[in-house]
Parts: sequence; C-alpha cells; structure tokens
Amino acid sequence: MKFSLSWLKDHLDTDADIHAVANAMTMAGLEVEDIHDPAKLLKPFTVAKVISAAQHPNADRLQVLQVDTVDGRKEIVCGAPNARAGLTTIYAPIGAYVPGLDVTLVEKPVRGVVSNGMMCSASELQLSDESDGILELSDDLAVGTPAAVVFGAEPVIDFEVTPNRPDWLGVHGIARDLAAAGLGAFKDKAIEPVKGTFPSPISVKVDGDACPYFSGRVIRGVTNGPSPKWLQDKLTSIGLKPISTLVDITNYLSFDRARPLHVYDVKKLSGNVIEAVVGKDWRILWHYNGIPITGSPPARLFDALDGSKYILTPDMCVIADTENGKLRPIGIGGIMGGMSTGVSDDTTDVFLECAWFDPIRTAQTGRDTKITSDALYRFARGVDPESVVPGLELATRLILDLCGGEASDIVVEGAPPARRADVTFDPAYVGQLTGLEVPYEQIETILTALGFGVTKGTPWTVSVPSFRRDVDGKADLVEEVARIYGFNKIPSTPLPTVAPKNGGVLTPQQARARTARRALAAFGYSEAVTWSFMRQDWAKLFGGGDDTLVLANPIASELNCMRPSVLPNLLEAAGRNAAKGFAGAQLFEIGPVYFGDEPNDQKTVISAIKAPAKTRHWSAVGEDALFALKSDLIRLLEEINVPVASLQLVQGSNTAHWHPGRSARLQLGPKQVLAEFGELHPSVLKTLDLDGAYVGFEIRLDLLPQPKAKSGKSKGALTISNLMPLTRDFAFVAEDALVAGDLVRAIKGADKALISDAQVFDIYTGAGVAEGHKSVAVEVTLTPQDKTLTDADIEAVSQKIIAAAQKAGATLRS
Amino acid sequence: MSDYSALQTEIEAEIAAASDLTALDAVRVSALGKTGRISGLLKTLGALPPEERKATGAAINAVRDQVQAALDARKDVLEAEHLTKRLESERVDLSLPSAPRAKGGVHPTMQVMDEMIAIFADMGFEVAEGPDIEDDFHNFTALNFPEKHPAREMHDTFFFNPGADGTRKLLRTHTSPVQIRTMISGKPPFRLIVPGRVFRNDSDQTHTPMFHQIEGLVIDKTIHMGHLKWVFDTFIARFFETDKVITQFRPHHFPFTEPSAEMDVRYTRNGNELKIGDGDKWMEILGSGMVHPNVLTACGIDPNEYQGFAFGMGVDRLAMLKYGVPDLRDMFAADTRWLNHYGFSGFSAPNSASGLS
Repeated sequence: MKFSLSWLKDHLDTDADIHAVANAMTMAGLEVEDIHDPAKLLKPFTVAKVISAAQHPNADRLQVLQVDTVDGRKEIVCGAPNARAGLTTIYAPIGAYVPGLDVTLVEKPVRGVVSNGMMCSASELQLSDESDGILELSDDLAVGTPAAVVFGAEPVIDFEVTPNRPDWLGVHGIARDLAAAGLGAFKDKAIEPVKGTFPSPISVKVDGDACPYFSGRVIRGVTNGPSPKWLQDKLTSIGLKPISTLVDITNYLSFDRARPLHVYDVKKLSGNVIEAVVGKDWRILWHYNGIPITGSPPARLFDALDGSKYILTPDMCVIADTENGKLRPIGIGGIMGGMSTGVSDDTTDVFLECAWFDPIRTAQTGRDTKITSDALYRFARGVDPESVVPGLELATRLILDLCGGEASDIVVEGAPPARRADVTFDPAYVGQLTGLEVPYEQIETILTALGFGVTKGTPWTVSVPSFRRDVDGKADLVEEVARIYGFNKIPSTPLPTVAPKNGGVLTPQQARARTARRALAAFGYSEAVTWSFMRQDWAKLFGGGDDTLVLANPIASELNCMRPSVLPNLLEAAGRNAAKGFAGAQLFEIGPVYFGDEPNDQKTVISAIKAPAKTRHWSAVGEDALFALKSDLIRLLEEINVPVASLQLVQGSNTAHWHPGRSARLQLGPKQVLAEFGELHPSVLKTLDLDGAYVGFEIRLDLLPQPKAKSGKSKGALTISNLMPLTRDFAFVAEDALVAGDLVRAIKGADKALISDAQVFDIYTGAGVAEGHKSVAVEVTLTPQDKTLTDADIEAVSQKIIAAAQKAGATLRS
Repeated sequence: MSDYSALQTEIEAEIAAASDLTALDAVRVSALGKTGRISGLLKTLGALPPEERKATGAAINAVRDQVQAALDARKDVLEAEHLTKRLESERVDLSLPSAPRAKGGVHPTMQVMDEMIAIFADMGFEVAEGPDIEDDFHNFTALNFPEKHPAREMHDTFFFNPGADGTRKLLRTHTSPVQIRTMISGKPPFRLIVPGRVFRNDSDQTHTPMFHQIEGLVIDKTIHMGHLKWVFDTFIARFFETDKVITQFRPHHFPFTEPSAEMDVRYTRNGNELKIGDGDKWMEILGSGMVHPNVLTACGIDPNEYQGFAFGMGVDRLAMLKYGVPDLRDMFAADTRWLNHYGFSGFSAPNSASGLS
C-alpha cells in the first residue's frame, strides 16, 4: 500500500518529514518498502520553450531544436514526433540523471550534431508508465519553473501491511498509530450523519454469517463526471487511475478509511430489494441476457466490472436484485460489482452500498475466482464491522459535496459481529514478557491512544476497539505497548548461563554428516546444495517418483517430485558444468531423500559423483576413475568410523540405475545395504543427456552402524608386536568368475592371528594360464605375535593359505 | 732405489689417468692387490739378506703408502665428480605440473550452518531436527494460523495432492513445526536450535523455492524479549566477526509469536558484490518473538507458568551477507566455478578458538 505525505497530514497534525514518517512506521510495525521522493528525482528538470525546430541534416527522424531554457538558448537534438516550435515542455541539462532511462546525460554528438541537453517525456521522468513523445505543458508556465512545481510531485511511501492489521489498509488507521507513537496529533473528526429527505425506495437483505450487516441509501439527482483535481491528485499519487467522481469517492475511502463501498446505478437495478445471497445454485436461477438458461456452463458466467466473466458458485456471497421474479447477480460481495448495474457519466440516481462481508468466505472466493481487488484485499483481512454506517455517511457527504443530489434515509439490516471480548490485563505482564519497564500511566496512555478502553483495577479490564479484531489476549496488548513504547528500548539481557552439554550437542548422525562433509571436501569433491524436488520421470529412474510425492503446485514442471536419490541432481549439475566447458566435476551433497510422505520416510544420504574428464598429464600417469572413487568411498567410511573390514561387497544386485557389471553395494547383510557405488547405467545417463562414464556413490547415513561405546571415549589398549612383519607372495589360478575379494577374504581367514593383511598385486590372463581362467597374485603379510617365525611355521601357514584358497576355488599356480 | 721411484711414478701416472672409479680400482688392484706390483715387491723381501730387508722393506712400504694416499686422493676427486654428474643427470624440471588433484570445498550455506551451530552450542542450545514433508497441523494450525487466514496464503506453500482421507501434506514453509514436535514430545525448559531445509513457492534474487533456516526456541519460566535481543546481539557480533554491522530490530507479525519482531542487516550491492556495514538497503535475516500462548497451549504447556521466545534465521541470506554472495539462486546452481570461489576448505571447521571462518 502507498500514501503521500499530504494524505497522511489529512489525519495527522505533524511537521515530520517523509523520512521521519517512514522511520516511525517501521518502528510501529509497518514494513516500509520504498520512499519515492519525486521532488528529489525531478530536481534537475525545468520548464523550457521550443523556439524553432529544423530537420536534422543527417537523420530523417530527428530534429534540431533551438530551446529557451533556464540555462539560456540551447541547441538540442530530439527524436520525438511532437517536438515543434512553440511547444512548452521539460528540459534536462547535461549532467542530469534521467530516472526513466537510468542514464546520466553527457554531451555528445547525435549523428554529427551536438545535443546540449534533452527534452523529456512523462515516462522518462517516471510520471507515467507510457508516453507518446515529449511532455506538452501549458504555455502559461514560465521558462525555468521547476518540474516538481509543475507536477505537484510529493513524496510517497510504499509499505507492506501484515495480515493482522486491516485497519492499516487505510491512512486514517496508520495516523492513529503514528500519533500514539508521538509523531503528531491524530485528527479523529467525528463523522456527521447526513439526514435523509425521503425514504429509500430500495431495501436490503442480509444472509447469515456471509454478510451479517448491510446498509445503503439512494442518492438521487447526482451529476457524475471527472472528479475534482484534489481527488484525482490523491489517487494518482498512489498509482490509482481516476475514473469518475462516484467511483473515485469509493476508491478514496477504501484507501483513506480501509472502508470499501459500492455504487449501483438505480436506473439499471431491477426490483426494489438488494440482497446478499449464499448457497444458491446460480446455474438454475440465473437468466443470462434475459434468456433463462439452465445447466450449461455459460449460464453461470458473471460479467464483472473488470471486464472478465466469472463462474458463480453456491459458496460465494453474491449480491443480487430481482428480475422477472428471479434473483439476478449484480455483484460478488466484498469483491467486485457487475457490469449490468455499474455507474456511468449518465448516472443520475445511485444506490450506495456499505456492508460487512465475512473475511474467510471473501478470501476463499478471491482464491477461487483469482480476482484481485482493493475491496477484496480489505474484506479478506477484516474491515471494521462498526464502520458500516459511519462509512455510508462519510461517502454520502462526499457524493453530495462533489456530485450534488439529495440523499434518502438509510436502510440497515443485520448487526455487526460482536467485538472481541474484553481482556483481563495485569500491566506487570508488559515487563514480564518484554523486559521493558514501562510506567503504568504510560501503558494506559498508549492503549487509550490506540483506541482501547482501559478500566483500571486489579487487574485491569481492557476493551478492544471494533477495528482491532486481531487482539484476543494479554500478549496482544503487550505487543501494542511494546511497539509504541519502542522495541529499541528493550534491554538486552543475557540468557541465564547453561553449561554446554557434555559431549557436544550433535547427534551421532549429525556429527557423522559433519565429518563426512569435511572429509569429502578434503578428498577433492565440491559440496553442492540442490533442490529437494526433481522431475518425476527422473525420480522414477532412480527408484522413486510415486504419485504421493508429486507436488500439486510445483514452481516448475521439472521440479515436481520429491527426490528418491541425490544422484540425478548431481549428475545433471555436472552435465550443466560440462556444457559450459567445465568437464570433470566432482560433486557431493549430504541431504534428504524421500521414500514416502511420513516423517520417518525421509532419510539422509551422502552422495558423490565424478564426471568424466579428459585429463592429460605430461607424466602419462592416470588412475582408474572407478577405483579412485572406490578408494574415496572406503576412506570416507573409515573417517566416519564405519567398520569397513566387516562390510560385505556384493556385486550384481544393485538397483537399476547402476551399470550392472561396474557397480557394487556395501552391506551388513542383504537387509542393511549401507551404500551403492560404481558407474551409472548408460541408459540412465542417456536419459539425463550425459556423455561418457559417470561414477558415483550414495551412502545411507541412517543405516551406518554406530560404533560400540563400551568403554566411553577410551580407544582401548594398543597391542603391537616387536617382531618384524614379513611377506610372502602366492600366485593362484582360478576361473575368471572368481571374485578377487572372496579369495582375499578366504586367505585372511586362514590364520587370523598370523595373517595381518593380504593384497592382490597382479591379475594375469594369457599364455601359461588356461582359457577362461586367470592368475591372481597375492601378497600376504604375516605378523608374528610372540616369537620369530621358523621356516616350519611359515611352511605351515602357507599350507593353510593354499588350502583356504583351494576351498575358495583357486589353485596354487605351479 | 730407482726401481721403486720409477714404479711409483708409473703407478701415480696411472692413478692420475684413471678417469672413473672403476679404472681407479683397476689401478689399485694392479698396484696393491694380492698380485699387484707393490705387493709383488714386498713378496721379494723374504729373499733378501736380513741386513737389506729393513731398508728395502721401509722403502717399499713408503712407496706403498704414497701410492695408497694418491689412490685415496684420486678417489675423493672421482667420487666428487661422479656425484656432480649424478646430480646433473637427476635434474628434473619442477616447473612441470604435478598430477592434477581436484580442489574440493564446503558449500557456504553449510559452512555458515556449522558456524551458527558452533555459536549456539556455546550458548547452551541443543540441536533438533524434523521432517521436510509436514502436515497442516504442525506447519500451521498448532502455530496459531487461523483456518483460511491470509497469513497462510502468504506462505506460498507447496502442497501435495490430497490423500484418500482428503488431507493434503505440504512442504514445511518454516522450521517452526519442529518447535511443535519438540514441545509436544518433551518437557520444558527448552533451549534448542533446528537447522533445516524450508520451501516457498517463490523465486528471485533473494528468494528461492528452497532455502535453509535455523529455528531457535527457548522456553523457561522467566525468559523475556530482552533475552531474545541479547541472543541476537551476541549472535550478530560473533557471526559477522566485525563491529561494522548495522542492524534494525522492529515489530512485525507472526501468528505464532506475540509480540513479534524482525531483524534486518544493512547492506549495499556493488555490481556483483554484496557488502555489509553501509548502504541504504535492509536485508531481513530473521523473524522472532515471544511464543504465542495459544501455541504453548496447543503443545500442552501452561502459558501462565512457562514463556519464552522463538526465532527463525535465514541461513543462506546470512551466508550472502557475510561472504558477499550477490544472488541467492546461485547457491543452488552447483556451478563448479562458483563453488570454488565461494566454498571453504574442508579443514576450516568453524570453532570458537580460531575464529569462525
């Protein structure tokens, strides 16, 4: 919402400048978005007169003007078609900042002719959004008159009103708060009722909760037409378009008093009752253009004043008159009137409506019809119910003053909804909740200034004004006092000290995620944070994409489904980087995946990918990306205290998005799969529009076993042998299908006390090894525990190793 | 005697001529080896008459010693030459690049999250978490949002399609539902923070459909707004690590707090850089207030016995302000150049001893 400083001064007697007002608003709880001070922007611009206009020698569409300006006679090049001798317009000197163009003028030749300034259009001065050519001003204006004087430009504040304060949607309500805050005196003039001179020929009917309170009156003999300048200036200062006096008056009161009204042309009304109706099936009841239609959709369309047609439903509060004995919709209550009964310049008799519409129903109708209107905005938040009759009187007075005519008696049906209950209030609660020490007299002064009624006693009883339907308890009153007294006076008070928790505040899983983040960063992966949602078809490729996880209102169709895996996002990001010329991205993310919509269906994963890169190095050393990734995965698991040695590596049973022959899982049994890793499936990569081999892993943080905390933080005793370890090499022959990891595990198990390690150091196929077989060379490390090994000891353990290998399907190569 | 000096001269010439250690060793063997020339002379001593042996022996030994000395000297020279040559041959061009190793990094939002957790842990806050997919009760109703009230609409909520029972799940619009979950399942006093992802259907330079919040909740018997202000003052000073920060603490409205407040930080934007400490723009970084009595009641806590405050801070925005990131949307674009520029070393884990960053 916006208002100009002079508009505020209609209701607040103050000397404060625009910045002081904005500051006071901020500190009272109104969020100021912008202070628009056109006078400041218009400062360099002044009135000038074009003396002569000649064709530019080098350009068809340009003219060279001689202009009398505040700086004397100037030669100016101008492209506006309306530039002509004798025109009075606005001149911008060299050095001026032109707000509409966002440029500062410099002296430079235009097609060979130096232009010593510029002639301005309304849009260049930000006086209007559009303009045809340069401004055409009254010839009475003297050269050098400041533009700010010509346009009567005054500062405007643009601000946001929180939904709890509908009373702030009128300048009058804001003035009340600013006065309470000490910015000036509130001009709360009593509204004088206008005495009717005849009974209203039109009566009104209400309908329960949807429109419990409805008033109106007829005013006959009015003259409609353009509104007076002061009213037009007010409306244009806040960006509203003047339409006609009658409409401008209702718009003015919407912004001045947060009090929407509506005027009907009496001659266009049918029957003598206007009623608010809820729950009617308009398909059956409504005649469209005089033709009774039932059923088919066009019959339900209502021609609203915004030029659009809307479908009426039984849930809406519809304003109707009666035509041919049947109800005819003439407005959507509190939202918008209809074309059929709107006022025009020919209007002579009007019915003025002032009612109260239920906020929830009004808001819902607004959402259903997608209409936005200033009336809807106010009724949805809650207009002061007790402003119905005063609002009617105020509007009547303005209409009589500006349009003439005579007013009927008022007709009123229903009653305003009850006020909020009185609040039992102990003023000490202000201090208890805020730490502020506000004298009780001041608490009373503030509440009274804001319109509350204070009855002192033990405790106090505070009555709530009708326009403050947001206040329903003592905490609300504390807020009123605190914001007016000043949030800046709240004393900064140290929290009572609480000793930090022994062992830190992170859960083991949080601590693991934190270590994993830093480890992966150290391993050379860049952490990404990507959306929790992705395309449903991609989610399906990665084992998710269930309809229950699809958003009803996604921000974009490719972000419509909660992700079952982080990998697609990282892959897509790597692809995006590659497309920009930065191949080989190594990315990771630690974040949520969603297997369902229940709280426990959300799990945290650690995901990482490596994109293919054409790395060339002078030394020609390279490493296999897949095994480099495996190394990173194992090191990462070690860093976060996962007992890597006891994990099973299973190949061939990964989920479908992995390359079946180049991926594996790490598990503690088939039901506890901790991680999957490897190369992504080529067809998945194709769908994601990625070239080359992408590798990655995804770890389920929640499934990782917790290290046993038997002995607290102690790492236990270290047992190390003083004896030198020794190594022996073995070469085995086995079928190609033999998994090297199984052979190594068998060998390690041959003598757990003595064998401390076994590593494959060569795989060989070819001459000397039978077809379909391979030779696997293993270096076994023996670590003697209590005595040096004799040849016989070594021979004995060697035999155990050979036997274990045999059992695993590998024969000692002879 | 002349025999010996001739031999000595001959051998010394050979030594001088030896061009490498192998040649020198050959000379040594031919002179002093078992069958060497000097060794051969010594063997002749036994055949000499006893009166000549002493003098002759002494003369031969002198020759032997001098030859040995010449051998040693030459060996030193040759070894030095050899080393020089080896060093020469082992030279590499160290201006050549080492094997490439990717530079990794921690995302600024996550770094800031760790910084914030470190600060609040020092103040005695525990860390709680909750689900991203929420229901209407935890995200709105229990937080005192009236049914169908415009305040709900202002949250730009992402909804799922209604289930069989007609209720629809949503993506939490703030971390506040975790307040509700914590208060319902626990007993006061509470002093906790809740980091996490939140979602709003919105996108521009300072809004993205997903962002991060840290929620704070302190409930006890005498906690008031002054404590809230102290927590912010302390947090801002520790977090920004500078006294140049200008903040504004102003009244606002949230359905779940009363009184409510927001805090802004002053900043300016210079092209692609964002700076705090001057300028005329305010960036809102947090919403807060005293927990509404209705919220406490909804969680089974007596508002006449307990009171306290809650706040929600925008983690990504704090990262923007502290580290000069101009556009929030880039935070989620995973551009490797951006991640390299704005990311943090894995080893710079925030801690209060070395400073946070």
